[in-house]
Amino acid sequence: MAVEATTEKPKNKAWGGGVSPYNVSWGKMYMWFFLVSDAFTFSSLIIAYGVMRHRFADIWPLANDVFTHFPFIEGHIPLAYVGLMTFILIMSSVTMVLAVDAGHKRNNKAVANWMLLTIIGGFMFLGSQAWEWYHFIHGTEQGAYIMNDGTVARPSINATTHEVDLNTLLLPGGKTVSGAEAAEIIATSEHFHGANMVKNEYGHPLFGDFFFFITGFHGFHVFSGVVINIIIFINVLNGVYIKRGHYEQVEKTGLYWHFVDLVWVFVFTFFYLV
Amino acid sequence: MSAEHHNNDKHDSKHGYYTGDIHNQFIEEHHQSNSVSTIWKTFWILLVITLFEVGIAFTSIPHSILIIIFIVLTIVKAYYIVAYFMHLKHEKQSLRYSIVLPFLLILYLIVMALAEGNYLNLVG
Repeated sequence: MAVEATTEKPKNKAWGGGVSPYNVSWGKMYMWFFLVSDAFTFSSLIIAYGVMRHRFADIWPLANDVFTHFPFIEGHIPLAYVGLMTFILIMSSVTMVLAVDAGHKRNNKAVANWMLLTIIGGFMFLGSQAWEWYHFIHGTEQGAYIMNDGTVARPSINATTHEVDLNTLLLPGGKTVSGAEAAEIIATSEHFHGANMVKNEYGHPLFGDFFFFITGFHGFHVFSGVVINIIIFINVLNGVYIKRGHYEQVEKTGLYWHFVDLVWVFVFTFFYLV
Repeated sequence: MSAEHHNNDKHDSKHGYYTGDIHNQFIEEHHQSNSVSTIWKTFWILLVITLFEVGIAFTSIPHSILIIIFIVLTIVKAYYIVAYFMHLKHEKQSLRYSIVLPFLLILYLIVMALAEGNYLNLVG
């Protein structure tokens, strides 16, 4: 009787044993569940950013006033550079998915080529991010005046001549001070350029902290993604996956790489656009 | 636990995990679903949405409306990346739900954070 009971076919075939319930390999399933947990980490960081930004909404710096540089071009160009970074990352996601596609077609040479382009895209993004950090850390020529209570007063810039106007200082929340009052602020405050973890010339210190932490954490993901891609690329060149008979390793790496792109889409929106 | 059970399993009894045969089987199933044209179509959708976002950031649309547009478009972009680049659309439904449903907890966290955020100014 007992023997009969165990050989009876289970009602739910997918979870009854003998087949893969999710119809994926264990490696891919691990990667997916790792990415879910990693997405939770990033979500928590971005939500924390949102709460603090909401709390200090009246004095929070606008990203459009902070990230205004573009290589080799003078002037105030907001959003263009991060737009370019987004494009680079989307492009490298495309080359990655084309590498996976070439793997399905068992075309080793094409996989190698697309992987190489993906790696180049990753390095381009990392370089762009380093450039962005450099400008954020070094700050503007005119800098800002940080008062004893932490309030940041920024020199205004003449709209037509683009010259720095020390007579008019911009306070957080759109207020301005001029004349003798401005002169007193300049005399009693610390003149500061750029940003670090404790203070920054753009406004609230938390703005810099979140910027360094979130883009840094994302950048570290990109960096590790590039390292993993290089390892896979070397494997492809050595014909490891020809011997193995399938390119699933490329697919799993691809999942991670697309995830990095996915996180950037959210960072782009919540740090730069909103 | 008969011999028949073992045959159906494709199970490596020595190591206790599924062997390479089943791997290849998954890969062949996925072969047809993601053509090169789908990849490029997804790319153009992502690019156009991004350009659109950058474009409307400088218009005179009120900021509160812009925020909603940006968040909706971000979720659309996320959908295309996850569904087509990460291929989730063509995975089994049980796997899709296992991956997507946990994000209800993130929605819950957002609701909690928004509610608490209104009181933060009272405590410093």
